[in-house]
Amino acid sequence: MKGPASPKGLALTVTLCVAGGLAMLLLAVLAGTVIGEAPLPLTTVGEVLAVRLFGAAHALDPIDAGIIWNYRLPRTLVAAACGAALALSGLVLQSLVRNALADPYLLGVSAGASTGAVAVTILGVGGGVIGISSGAFIGAALAFALVAALARAAGGGSAQMVLAGIAGSQLFNALTSFFIAKSANAEQARGIMFWLLGNLSGVRWPDVSLAVPVAVAGFLACLIHARALDAFSFGRESAAALGVPVRRVQLLLIGAVTLMTAVMVSLVGAIGFVGLVIPHAVRFVTGPRHFRLIPASALTGAVFLIAADIVSRMLIAGQVVPIGVVTALVGAPAFALILIRNRVQA
Amino acid sequence: MRVEAQGIGWHASGRGIVEGVDLVLEPGETFGLIGPNGSGKSTLLRLIAGLLPRAEGQVLLDGRPIHRMPRREIAQRIALVAQHADTTDTLSVRDAVELGRTPWLSAFAPFGPEDRQIVDEALAAVEIAHLAGQRWHSLSGGERQRVQIAKALAQKPRLLMLDEPTNHLDIHHQLSLLRLVGGLGMTVVMALHDLNQAMGCDRVGVMQAGRMIACGPPAEVISPGLLSETFRVGASCLTDPRDQSLLYRFHILENDR
Repeated sequence: MKGPASPKGLALTVTLCVAGGLAMLLLAVLAGTVIGEAPLPLTTVGEVLAVRLFGAAHALDPIDAGIIWNYRLPRTLVAAACGAALALSGLVLQSLVRNALADPYLLGVSAGASTGAVAVTILGVGGGVIGISSGAFIGAALAFALVAALARAAGGGSAQMVLAGIAGSQLFNALTSFFIAKSANAEQARGIMFWLLGNLSGVRWPDVSLAVPVAVAGFLACLIHARALDAFSFGRESAAALGVPVRRVQLLLIGAVTLMTAVMVSLVGAIGFVGLVIPHAVRFVTGPRHFRLIPASALTGAVFLIAADIVSRMLIAGQVVPIGVVTALVGAPAFALILIRNRVQA
Repeated sequence: MRVEAQGIGWHASGRGIVEGVDLVLEPGETFGLIGPNGSGKSTLLRLIAGLLPRAEGQVLLDGRPIHRMPRREIAQRIALVAQHADTTDTLSVRDAVELGRTPWLSAFAPFGPEDRQIVDEALAAVEIAHLAGQRWHSLSGGERQRVQIAKALAQKPRLLMLDEPTNHLDIHHQLSLLRLVGGLGMTVVMALHDLNQAMGCDRVGVMQAGRMIACGPPAEVISPGLLSETFRVGASCLTDPRDQSLLYRFHILENDR
């Protein structure tokens, strides 16, 4: 792996990559606002943004403006934040747990978050003091603690972690179904089942102001620990021997992953395969170093989920397909490819 | 750097793996750790490197207790090459060796030309410069072992700990590794299975059932009596006609069944 020779060259490369990445993200967000059942021309989108962001004076069609500003833009921004957060969560778990199959969905963290969110909405756990996101966070943290403890009791291997994750997912999914069956009326139940598969339809601006800061904070937390994550390549003890305060780094990063997953699940439901597939796809391009992997995974995750959201809106005319269905339709074959590739290497 | 272990020990599921070991390592000496399988050699190495939780006793580095030092500062002083190291990441040899610079880098001290040079030197020292661009997965066991040693050298430690470093190595690389280690000028502790290789150390410690039962210059410590007691083998001492050095040849004791 050849890096640029001089620090100056490195600074230039980093600047170019960051600029390119931001440009790609911007393009994806624009695409998310332009494309839809009623395609709106780029000029209209530009006018709405100019009016809303810079106070420019344009005569706007209030319906178009409403669709763009209140509906498509927040939805696209949350999709971006969510994609980035899920991809980062998968990446960090894969590096820390030393398992290529780790991701918040497979390790039961998403299922725990769903259970927490459902417990708060339907059962009224917390008596209105705990919000849906906090409920999801508690559920996610509980699920991860349980899965980690079970994996450890089973011998702490990397296969045990995935098996424990399956057990955890099943348990928490069953709890969620139980809560729904016990307490929800038919309409609530239908809404929740739709949300569980991943759904961005209800997203509005307040959701943006939760999703984006959490994704940005999670991204920074991961980036700061890029070198520490590299040091985990040869396992935990090797990382410790290389000077990484293993327990502190694990606690902090798993906390960040739990928070990101919980917030995204509480906003849009449990979306699978993003955290699993994106980091693997990105590794082919960037190599194994986290200083490149982290920004590239966040960017790819964001763009991928925006694209998946566009597809979910366009796939069936007049209907929105749950976004989790779209990510699974793309992710499951990609996952199969990863399995086959890993077999060749072993 | 002076390393002092005072009454160190470690228990796992109620069983003492290492118990009450006292040891002082003088700066620059090469210390060999010998003992049968399961006698606690690897655990003792990890204890001295401060890598095990709930350890008994204490380890002092130049008088400072290791359990009060940040991991980063320990890693700037001690490098450990474990017996088994593997990764699922598609790292190149150079990537793996560059990991050795981790304890010296930070956001304010990024990987620079100096680090690059240290990595180049480490690669050259164990004769794997020509493999720098190869993938870890494509290497043989002996090549991987040398990559791990290069990673430890890139760490620029003052105490280098090697757990059976000559495992997997062909005889040429065994001998050149031992010569390299002897000429580094740093303190070296290594667990060894080849007792004749241990004869080349400045001092040896003998582990048996978690305790260090003997410690001193190899010519004084390693004797037919100790070998039959600790390793359950008989030994005849021979003299190499080339340089008059002593070496052992082993046989199974007849009454041992």
